[in-house]
Amino acid sequence: MTQWKYICKLEDIPVLGARRVTRAQGLEVAVFRTATDEVFALLDRCPHKGGPLSQGIVFGKSVACPLHNWTIGLCDGQAQAPDEGCTPSFQVKLEGGSVYLDADELAHRALTETRPLAGPALRAAVA
Amino acid sequence: MKKSKLVMVGNGMAGVRTLEELLKIAPDLYDITVFGAEPHPNYNRILLSPVLAGEQTLEQIVLNDWSWYEDNHITLHAGYTVTQVDRTRRMVHATNAAGETLSVAYDRLIMATGSNPFMLPIPGKDLQGVLAYRDIADTQAMIDAAAHYKHAVVIGGGLLGLEAANGLMKRGMQVAVVHGSEWLMERQLDDVAGKMLQKSLQERGMQFLMKAQTQELLADDAGRVRAVRFKDGTEVSADLVVMAVGIRPNVALAQSMRLHVNRGIVVNDTMQTTTDARIYAVGECAEHRGVAYGLVAPLFEQGKVAANHLAEFGIGRYQGSLTSTKLKVTGIDLFSAGDFMGGEGTEEIVMSDPGAGLYKKLVLKDDKLVGACLYGNTVDGSWYFKLLRDGRPVSDLRDKLMFGESNIGDSGHAGQNKAASMPDDAEVCGCNGVTKGTICKAIKEKGLFTLDEVRKHTKASASCGSCTGLVEQILMATVGGDYSATPKTKPVCACTDHGHQAVRDAIRANKLLSKEEVFAFMEWKTPNGCPTCRPAINYYLISTWPKEALDDPQSRAINERSHANIQKDGTYSVVPRMWAGETTADELRRIADVVDKYKIPAVKVTGGQRIDLLGVKKEDLQGVWNDIGMPCGHAYGKSLRTVKTCVGSEWCRFGTQDSTQMGRDLERALWRMYAPHKVKLAVSGCPRNCAESGIKDVGVIGVDSGWEIYVAGNGGIKTEVAHFFTKVKTAEEVLEVSGAFLQLYREEGWYLERTVHYIARVGLDYAKKKVLEDHANRKALWARLQAALEGEPDPWFEGEKARVDARQFIPIAVA
Repeated sequence: MTQWKYICKLEDIPVLGARRVTRAQGLEVAVFRTATDEVFALLDRCPHKGGPLSQGIVFGKSVACPLHNWTIGLCDGQAQAPDEGCTPSFQVKLEGGSVYLDADELAHRALTETRPLAGPALRAAVA
Repeated sequence: MKKSKLVMVGNGMAGVRTLEELLKIAPDLYDITVFGAEPHPNYNRILLSPVLAGEQTLEQIVLNDWSWYEDNHITLHAGYTVTQVDRTRRMVHATNAAGETLSVAYDRLIMATGSNPFMLPIPGKDLQGVLAYRDIADTQAMIDAAAHYKHAVVIGGGLLGLEAANGLMKRGMQVAVVHGSEWLMERQLDDVAGKMLQKSLQERGMQFLMKAQTQELLADDAGRVRAVRFKDGTEVSADLVVMAVGIRPNVALAQSMRLHVNRGIVVNDTMQTTTDARIYAVGECAEHRGVAYGLVAPLFEQGKVAANHLAEFGIGRYQGSLTSTKLKVTGIDLFSAGDFMGGEGTEEIVMSDPGAGLYKKLVLKDDKLVGACLYGNTVDGSWYFKLLRDGRPVSDLRDKLMFGESNIGDSGHAGQNKAASMPDDAEVCGCNGVTKGTICKAIKEKGLFTLDEVRKHTKASASCGSCTGLVEQILMATVGGDYSATPKTKPVCACTDHGHQAVRDAIRANKLLSKEEVFAFMEWKTPNGCPTCRPAINYYLISTWPKEALDDPQSRAINERSHANIQKDGTYSVVPRMWAGETTADELRRIADVVDKYKIPAVKVTGGQRIDLLGVKKEDLQGVWNDIGMPCGHAYGKSLRTVKTCVGSEWCRFGTQDSTQMGRDLERALWRMYAPHKVKLAVSGCPRNCAESGIKDVGVIGVDSGWEIYVAGNGGIKTEVAHFFTKVKTAEEVLEVSGAFLQLYREEGWYLERTVHYIARVGLDYAKKKVLEDHANRKALWARLQAALEGEPDPWFEGEKARVDARQFIPIAVA
C-alpha cells in the first residue's frame, strides 16, 4: 500500500511552472504543472550536466533544462532524441486539488545524485 | 480500424525520407509497400563519388538498412521495377530481373522515381564499357573497369563528370574529360573560376578536351569501346566511357499513367499530382511551380510536406526553395549562388589571386547582392547567400563585403576558415567543444544532411553560431557535392511556419495581448509553444503594447524569471546596479556584509564596471537584494546592462567632456529597458576612448565640440566595430538620439537579434533615415521609450508589480 505524502495544493505550483521539494536525503524533487493541470515529478537534475529542471520552461509535457536547453519528458524523465539520458521520475497523486508524492520514493529513490561543483568548491576539488 | 494502403514507387533518398517523416507523426496510419528497382536498401546517392574514389565503402553509405524496413513493418520489394499503374483499379504492377511479377493495391501512391542520366544519342552509346553515372551498379562497373583497363574518357565536365573523373584517376586510370563549353562547370562557375579549377585538376594529372564535340564511340572486335571520335576527326583511345552530361526527371511511368508531366511530374503545394489527388510525387521526379530540384535539402522539405499531408494534418505547404551550389571537387572549395555571371545593369567586385588559388566575384545590382562565385575559400558562402536571399541593401557593407563575414572577427575557432585543412581533432565549435572528427562521424553514422540536423545531434554551431560556415563546409565535404539552403522565411521554431516578422506584424496589426491570442490567431501547432517561441512572443507583446500586454514570467527563461543569473551548480549570481560604474564606501560595506552574512563564495569585478556576487542560493536571493539595498543591475536580462564610462573631464587631464555624468544620465534614462537582446552602452570623455565605445550597441565619444555617437558595435562572439551614426552638440541630444535608436531596435528587432544583427538586416541607412533625418520620428521614438519605461518596477524591490512569482524562492519542505 503506497504511503502518499501531502506536498502542496495544485494552486501552489504555477501553471507551466514547477516547485522544488526538499527532502531529508538526496537532491530536491521538482514538481511540475502543465497547462492542463497535470502534475509530474522528476528528480531536480538534468541527466546532461545536472541542471535544476525545476527552473526550466515547461511546455506541453516537457521541460527545457535551464542550463543547456535539453528537453526532458515530464512523464518519464527521458531526454528528447537525439540527446540521450534519463532522470529518475517520481509517482504523483493529484486528489481533491492536493498534490501527493510517494513517501517511500521520497525517502529512498535517487539518493546518490549530486549537483555539479562550481567556483571555489570546484577549485578545491580539482586541486 | 483497417489501415489504408500506401505504396511508394522508388526507394531513393527523397522517398524514404518522406516515409521517415510520416512514421514520426503517424506511425500507424498506413500499411506501407515500397518498390525499388535497385536490389539495395536506401543509400546515400551523393556519396557514390567517395565510394568510387575508394574513400568509403558501399556499406557505409546505406541510410536505411534492411532491418529498418522490417522494424517499421514496411514491405520492400527491392529489385522490382514498376511497369504499370492502373489508376482506375488503383493497382501497381511490377517485374523483377527474373521475370517474376507482383501486383499491389493502393489507397495512396507516392511517385519517387528520381531521375535518369541523359545518354548522348550518338553511335556506339550501347557498346560495352559505356556507362552512365547514377547508381551503385554504375559505380561498381567503373570500379571493375578501373581494375582491368587503363584509359577512361568522361564526357561532361560538370560536377558529376569531374567527380567520376577524379574517382577513376584515384583508381589508377588515365582520365580525359571531354567538355563542350569553354570552361568547366559553366552552370556553377564563371570563366575565371572554371579555368582555375581546370588548372588545378590538370596539375593532379587529369586531361581535358575543351570545346570538343563527341561524334561517335568506336568499337573493338569484341564489341567493347576502344576510342572516342570527335567532329573534327580526331580520336582519343578509351576502354571506358562515362557519360555525365546531365540528368532528366524519370517520368516515363508517370506519362504512361497519364499524369500531367512537364519536365517533371507536376505537383501542387501539398506535393499531390495535379491530375490525381491520391498520388503524390516527391524528389527529383517532381516539378513544383515550374522547378524540378536536384539538391537534397529541397527534396527533404518536400518529403516533410508530403508526409504531413499523408498524415492528414494538412497544415504544411511547400513553397519552393532557393538553392545555392556549394561543392567540393577533390579538395577544391567552390561556391556559387544566384546570378554569378553578371552582365547588363550589374556591377562586379572581383578579387583574384591565381597564385594563391583564390578567386572571389560578387555581383551587385541596384545596391543588392545578386550573385556570388567563390573559389578556394568558401567559408563566407553562407553569409553571401543570406545577403542574397534577404535582398537587403549592401551600400553600408560595401567596403568590407569582399573580405567576408569571417574577416570581421569571429572568435571561438582559432581563426580557422578552411574546414578541409583542419585535422580531425581540431575544435570547430568552441562553445560546445565539438571537433571536426565528431561532426564527420555524426554526419556519416546518423545520416545527417542539413545544418539543423548537425546542430541537433552534435551541438556544433548550436550556441553562438560563429562556426556555422565551418560546419557547413564540413557537411558538404562529408556528404558530398550537394549542399542547399533553407527556405526564405525561417520559422520562429517548429511550433509554427511563421517567421519573426510575421509574428511581430500580427501582434501589432491585430492588437494581440497575450500568448494565447497569438497562438490562436496564428494557428500555432503546439498547445503552449516551446522555449524558443514563448520568450520571443512575450517580448513582442510587452514591447509592442507596453502597459497593456502583461508580462508572462513562465514564458521567460530562468534568469529573467528569477532576476539573477543561474550558474552551472544551480546557484545564482547577483549584480547590483552601480550607476556608470561609480560606487561608495557605504555601498561597498553593505556588499561586504552581505557576502559574510550569506556566505557567498565568490566576488568578482565584471567587465561592465560592477561587482558580481557568485554562488548565491536561490532561497537567499530576496534577502541579498534587500540587504544590499542597491537597484537591480539587470545583468541577467535581454535588457539594458551597463553604461561603461571613463572618468572624463572631471578628473582626467586629457578629458574633453564629462563622460561619467553623461553615462549616469543615460543609465538612469534607460535602465529597466527590455530589448530583443542585451544592450550595452559606453561613454568616453575623449577620442582615446578608454570606455571602449567602439564595440557597444551605442557608444558615445566626447570631443571638444560635442559628442560622437556610434551604433551597432559588438564585443562578443562577433567583434564588430560600431558604425559612426552622428555627431551632436549637447547631452540632451545624446539622450534623444541614443534613446530613439534603441526604441527603433526595440520595436523592430527580432528576438535574440543584437543591434549588430538588426542593423545588418535593415541597413544603417534605414536607421539613419528613421532616427536622424526624420526629426519628428526621432522625437516620437524617444517619447514612446520614455512612456514605456515610466513607472516600470525594479524587480528586486517591487516584485509584485514586476510580476515576480515569489513562491519560486521558497522550496517546499517535507518533514
